[in-house]
Amino acid sequence: MSYRRTRAILIKELRHILRDSRSLALALAMPAMMLLLYGYALSLDVDHIPVMVYDQDGTDASRNLVRQFQGSRFFEIRGFGGYGEIRRAIDRSKILIGIVIPRGFSGEVASGRGAAVQLLVDGTDSNTSAIAVGYAEGVVQAYSAEWRARGGMPPAAPAIDARARVWYNSSLQSRNYIVPGLIAVILMILAGQLTSLTIAREWEMGTMEQVLSTPLRPTEMVFGKMLAYFLVGLADSAVALVVGVSVFSVPFRGNVLLLALTTCLFLFGVMFWGIFVSAGAKTQAEAFQLGILTTFLPGFLMSGFVFAIDTMPKVIQVISLAVPARYFVTTLKALFLKGVGLHVLWPQLVFLAVFAGLVFLRAVSKLKRQKVA
Amino acid sequence: MNGFAVEIHDMVKTFGDFVAVDHVSLQVKTGEIFGFLGPNGAGKSTTIRMLCGLLIPTSGSASVVDIDVAKAPEQVRRNIGYMSQKFSLYDDLTVEQNIDFYSRMYGVPRERRAERKDYVLRMANLTERRDALTRELSGGWKQRLALGCAILHDPPVLFLDEPTSGVDPIARAAFWDLIRDLARTGHTVFVSTHYMDEAEYCHRLALMHRGKVIALGAPAELRRGLNHHSLLRLDTTAPLDTMRAIEGAPGVVEVAVFGSGLHVVVEEAERAMEEIRRRLGAKGIEIRRLEKILPSLEDVFVAMIEAEERKAA
Repeated sequence: MSYRRTRAILIKELRHILRDSRSLALALAMPAMMLLLYGYALSLDVDHIPVMVYDQDGTDASRNLVRQFQGSRFFEIRGFGGYGEIRRAIDRSKILIGIVIPRGFSGEVASGRGAAVQLLVDGTDSNTSAIAVGYAEGVVQAYSAEWRARGGMPPAAPAIDARARVWYNSSLQSRNYIVPGLIAVILMILAGQLTSLTIAREWEMGTMEQVLSTPLRPTEMVFGKMLAYFLVGLADSAVALVVGVSVFSVPFRGNVLLLALTTCLFLFGVMFWGIFVSAGAKTQAEAFQLGILTTFLPGFLMSGFVFAIDTMPKVIQVISLAVPARYFVTTLKALFLKGVGLHVLWPQLVFLAVFAGLVFLRAVSKLKRQKVA
Repeated sequence: MNGFAVEIHDMVKTFGDFVAVDHVSLQVKTGEIFGFLGPNGAGKSTTIRMLCGLLIPTSGSASVVDIDVAKAPEQVRRNIGYMSQKFSLYDDLTVEQNIDFYSRMYGVPRERRAERKDYVLRMANLTERRDALTRELSGGWKQRLALGCAILHDPPVLFLDEPTSGVDPIARAAFWDLIRDLARTGHTVFVSTHYMDEAEYCHRLALMHRGKVIALGAPAELRRGLNHHSLLRLDTTAPLDTMRAIEGAPGVVEVAVFGSGLHVVVEEAERAMEEIRRRLGAKGIEIRRLEKILPSLEDVFVAMIEAEERKAA
């Protein structure tokens, strides 16, 4: 590999990048835009659950229970009505839960026999409704305990009392968990896209033919091109990280150098991947589609950034081992939230390095074969 | 060195069932301008691309300055300059940036780069426009810049694939002046074209048709070689009636409309002219001009290609 020719390719690519200032501006704005869009839209927190109350009892006791719901940040009472209204509201997705407090509720509570409250739940979105039901049960239980205390009754003691203490994301905000993963996924998509057009463009414009008639070697071309876009990728990473920490106030507890090292290894791999895709495609349109398909889908679905890999079918779990975003997501989440170091994260780094190396070799051999095809 | 800059021996290239280059053998002498002629799809570009190591021959061999193109393609690339059919420099770089890039690609030593750049800028007449974006140049300028980038490393052999297609006649003439200058300074130029007037500038020519070389020689040799037939120019008042009257006459091989008159290929000029005068006199057609002329290369090649087509059919 000639240092001089690799450098010449790097300089030439940087000139292309700087000449096309609109694309460059877009490339730099993309991580912030995507992060803001997905970061705000993709919240897994369940709160402000819309409910409707059918208070058949109409006593102090029942109104007290309703006030408990009103006071919780998890619920929002959208109105009162009978079964008919609740059904209609659920059908139109106006509410998620209908709470029915039966006649005689206060009497049963007062007698200490235990009272029942009916919850009518829209189970369309099973995940959200399960969480909502959990919160509703919590509210009812809290009310029940309070009532017993006031009446001088001993609290109903459970056989085993689990006291949970949450580490790392103690407020259990889904944003803290989503944003680091999101940064990884966004960088995978952007980095892959940056390089996926570069060789296809040269095939399409015919400039490849001329360059290949010089002593230039495929290794030099792949490496030089990657380095130029790597600089853009680094800038993109910095933008994404700064937005993640400042706008979403996600805590960063890890080592910045380790973060930089992982990011570089990850970018190398994904950018070589883009070049590999590009070398096989003879038009930019083809390269673009292949690039999106092979970065977006695995990045989104198989990186574990939202969808837990452990619960996926075995086949997909095995495929996900070849997705670099998976290792980057793991590293970023660990660095942001846990602040662990190299002694825990080294396997992730080794994988990212191996991935980059293998894809580099594949890209070079692909280009070699295309060259004389 | 055995005096040949390019040697092709029995080279074949097939794409699936299609035979693009069909057992081609030829030799190009050092310092020669070697013209490669033929209709589109005859296999000219494919041959040139194999010589540049951009395609691998299916069989046969070729060498450029005694280096085997299949065995040492990288070494070959150091010794050639190539201009592909389509303009293929970077449109979004300036003239100077393109030159700098190719200078580094060809490994021009640092101390010689400035001098070579100046030479190329002067040769292409682009010194004033060194900072212009390449996409803003007109066809003729682009062409000269492409040639300039191909000779930055002063290669002994140049392959130019239809370098003047789509360029105006004045720019074409200027371009050929450059090619002749290069040949005078010892460079071998292997150039393909489909302009017959350009063929006249070449020292030797090969005519390709359907992957085969069907004629090879200096322009003058080829003109003489119309299979011992002669060409007559015949102008009359009624060309169509004239054609009908002399077609199939003894000694007349072929009659074709050419401009306002006719070109008649005959076996023997004197006897045929006598026969034509007799026949037209009988029909009362007035002859304005009847003489033996030297066939142009176009006549020769059209006749040769038609003969090939007849053989194939």
